[in-house]
Amino acid sequence: MNNRLYGNLIFELSVEGRKGYSLPKNQFGNYQLPEEARRKAELELPQCDELTVVRHYTNLSANNFGVDNGFYPLGSCTMKYNPKINEEMAVMPQFQNIHPEQPESTTVGVRTLVEQLEKALCEITGLAHFTFKPYAGAHGELTGLMTIDNYHRQKGDLKRKKVIVPDSAHGTNPASAAVCGLEVVEVKSLSDGTVDVDDLKRIVEEQGEEIAAMMMTNPNTLGLFEKNIPAIADLIHQAGGLMYYDGANLNPMLGVCRPGDMGFDVMHINLHKTFSTPHGGGGPGAGPVGVREGLQDFFPFVSPYQGNFGVMVKAYAYILSLGKEHIAEVGPLATLNANYIKESLKDVYELPIATNCCHEFVFDGLKDKSTGVTTMDVAKRLLDYGYHAPTIYFPLLFHESLMIEPTENESKQTIDGFIEVMRAIADEARTNPQVLKEAPHNTPVGRVDDVLAATHPVVTYKALVEDKES
Amino acid sequence: MYKFFPHTEEDLKLMLEKSGVDSLDELFSQIPQDIRFKDAYQIPSEMSEIEVRRVFDKLAEQNKQLTCFAGFGVYDHYTPAAVPNILQRSEFLTSYTPYQAEISQGTLHYIFEFQSMMTQLTGMEVSNASMYDGTTAAAEAMMMAVAATKKTNKVLVSQTINPKTLKVIETYALHKGIEVVTIDQNEGVTDLNDMKAKLAEGGVAGVIMQQPNVYGIIEDFTGVADECHAAKALFILDTVPADLALLKTPAEWGADIAVGDGQSLGIPMLFGGPYLGFMCTTSKLIRKMPGRIVGMTKDNRGQRAFVLTLQAREQHIRRQKATSNICSNQSLMALFVTVYLAIMGKQGLKEAAQLSFDGAHYLLDQLTSTGHFKLAYDKPFFNEFYVKYDGDADKLYDKLVQEGFLPGVRFEDGFIFAVTEKRSKEEIDKMVKIINEFK
Amino acid sequence: MAKVIEGLYYSESHEFIRVEGDFGFIGITDFAQKALGNVVYVDMPDVDDEVNAGEEFGAVESVKAASDLISPVSGTVVEVNEALEDEPGLINKDAFENWIIKVEISDKNELADLMNAQAYTEFCEKQ
Repeated sequence: MNNRLYGNLIFELSVEGRKGYSLPKNQFGNYQLPEEARRKAELELPQCDELTVVRHYTNLSANNFGVDNGFYPLGSCTMKYNPKINEEMAVMPQFQNIHPEQPESTTVGVRTLVEQLEKALCEITGLAHFTFKPYAGAHGELTGLMTIDNYHRQKGDLKRKKVIVPDSAHGTNPASAAVCGLEVVEVKSLSDGTVDVDDLKRIVEEQGEEIAAMMMTNPNTLGLFEKNIPAIADLIHQAGGLMYYDGANLNPMLGVCRPGDMGFDVMHINLHKTFSTPHGGGGPGAGPVGVREGLQDFFPFVSPYQGNFGVMVKAYAYILSLGKEHIAEVGPLATLNANYIKESLKDVYELPIATNCCHEFVFDGLKDKSTGVTTMDVAKRLLDYGYHAPTIYFPLLFHESLMIEPTENESKQTIDGFIEVMRAIADEARTNPQVLKEAPHNTPVGRVDDVLAATHPVVTYKALVEDKES
Repeated sequence: MYKFFPHTEEDLKLMLEKSGVDSLDELFSQIPQDIRFKDAYQIPSEMSEIEVRRVFDKLAEQNKQLTCFAGFGVYDHYTPAAVPNILQRSEFLTSYTPYQAEISQGTLHYIFEFQSMMTQLTGMEVSNASMYDGTTAAAEAMMMAVAATKKTNKVLVSQTINPKTLKVIETYALHKGIEVVTIDQNEGVTDLNDMKAKLAEGGVAGVIMQQPNVYGIIEDFTGVADECHAAKALFILDTVPADLALLKTPAEWGADIAVGDGQSLGIPMLFGGPYLGFMCTTSKLIRKMPGRIVGMTKDNRGQRAFVLTLQAREQHIRRQKATSNICSNQSLMALFVTVYLAIMGKQGLKEAAQLSFDGAHYLLDQLTSTGHFKLAYDKPFFNEFYVKYDGDADKLYDKLVQEGFLPGVRFEDGFIFAVTEKRSKEEIDKMVKIINEFK
Repeated sequence: MAKVIEGLYYSESHEFIRVEGDFGFIGITDFAQKALGNVVYVDMPDVDDEVNAGEEFGAVESVKAASDLISPVSGTVVEVNEALEDEPGLINKDAFENWIIKVEISDKNELADLMNAQAYTEFCEKQ
């Protein structure tokens, strides 16, 4: 929004009669679409020349912040570097021009790629088979739960409709269970954020025959490894349930520990987190689901083809580039970076759980609570200094959660710069809290009024024009 | 040292020291030893970029490039050069979901434009920020209808929708406990009498139809919306957005929810994805709609700004009470479609649609004139049509593939062909010539 | 400090009910509106819908949270507060004045399970 012209909507740049396209001349003769099948409403799409369109979106991109712009310590999101070679491989015309209904004899290459990616993911996770149909992490969760539901149904075990979910879990877990027609049972967390095994025992004793699965991330949302995982898996398996691994926090486990070896039966992987495919401002990702031998027969039909194949190409390029040597270094280096930040800032930010973390950890706001400066203010001030904010107000276990996840790609210099700024912000909180309250100052727009947006929804250009007129 | 891991020996030493451990391994001391992974992964060793390219070049060579006359939900429309170029802007490509609105105005701004364009195409009042694909958007619409019309959990689905969409709908329905009842077809179109009879049985949350249908036929949905509304059911129309440049809009048919796949708006076929689903509805139903929505607002400096809004509908707040578990959209593909529609504009989109329509009708004329093909159902169609073939269809299919054509989709005793503006008269004539010479 | 009004009945999920004859006016308390922040939407049932004590009948949304509305009594909805459709923020201005639904109470004995003003004040202090 730095420049008036480029702050416009593309509709506001439209001029009647301009065009940005070129098409071949009609060689077929004219055929008539029946009048009753035609739209009556005018199609009010913008009319712009190509340069206007290119400048508009190029300038819009300047109002965005990506991993390529700077440090992006967004907890739980694994904002790692997206290597450029991956992008080039995914746009090869020999992949782009393949229709999914083409006969197998003409698609040997793409199918081989899928098979080899599956083999690599099986090896890295300790599971036996993957389906690539799920389009995203949440879609993977749903697919995994449907697989589990199909398994119990096939055994005639129709009572198993409950899914145990830790109370610290992300909202997607219970939402996926509900979409799968399953009921959520929350298991409590201990003060250190790990699963309360006694509470789990109680649930299993009371409702064992109704338990379909337990869903967990490991390490958990606080970045802590659930060291009781073998016992937890035993409890659930003995009760007849299956263990579901939410792959959201798989990154620190690379080279360290495999979900299959922890006792999990079904999992999804977010290729856009652990395997470096770009987040794209919120998608497309991919959420392939892996299972133990024997469960692959229960995969559901959740999409028509091989899911987001283009994303899979990028993930495979990443795995080939790193190879077995460097994939195994990902977890340890990501974990080192997180612990280094935690130890360097815990004197000024409140660290509720003081133990070695994995790839991420959570501060409960500033240590000095007397200033009235909130986590929101710290986050917004970070934007002024050219950093993306950490994840804020999640997990819900603490009031002022500030969840930090640096990835293995960040250098000590980058991290030291971030630490310095976080300390400077803690100083500002004491000396000049107002500058934090009003932050950000150096961004294209300031803090936005989300109450206005929600009470008076304007969600299209047409509504905006009508709104102005009234 | 590795190109993506910038840690020097000195860095490692200082960072381990600060972290209070002697080795990287010690960082994981809380993990029980017996479940630690101590072997080497059985995957290939690291590769240089040159070696990676070699692997992919080889995989690429093993696919055969065909001149595409297939559709069945995935269409070979042209992608203007400007579109993929903009998509590679790494400020768009490498950003996360726009939760921090102050540094995500780029993403939020184009999603607002995307919503504006999709509502123009469909004629509906509101749109979400996109969904995974057309089939899952249809399944989400089913769940939305059940949530919006209290105390019902049955949907009717026409047998003339794409069978793959139906299969995805049935998967979601099975687990969610929704009953799916199909409406019979008659001569290639939905049997509206059967629909009326099934609506009359009551308890229907929604009716799902496709336009153009699986055979490419433009169905006449006159009166369908009224029948649905009289039975308190929502009318859900699954459409092809590229065709809506010319076709009667879902809003004009009286639909409550319009869904479909945006792939037809220039997105490469790429062996099945990524594409994007879309969902548009009426203002009245906006709070029942799943997925993200971007709204306009102001910032504290009084400037126009955009922000994710109505978030209290979504999974991260509603948890198990949300109507959907969807978190992301297909944001980058929404950018794709937005730039595509900006380049094509209102005139270009109509021209491309007309060329596709004309090419398909020309192909049908040429096929009919061979004397071996007959339109299966004599109904108006758009750019896709189902023809019966009087010879050995499998053999003809193989022959055409061998000659470098994808002759539509093999369907029962014939083919479903699709034509886009990318197909030239020369290509069509060449394929028909091979067919004519085929014994 | 949140306002509490004498003579109303209160639930642990922070709804109040003001009883007038056979009818009750149900809304959220001042404590609840403060905790929720700016209310941006109220999801209300339809007139003639049945509500049951302890069961959900709608939801109140702020920008970053949503809270289910739990009915303190059983009965039939006879009126919904339509003013909240256009201006949900009225709840923040005065939560007690801006009730959400009016019900015809089917069993007045259920009122005995609710708290009075004093008990609710103590309940809130412990939150």
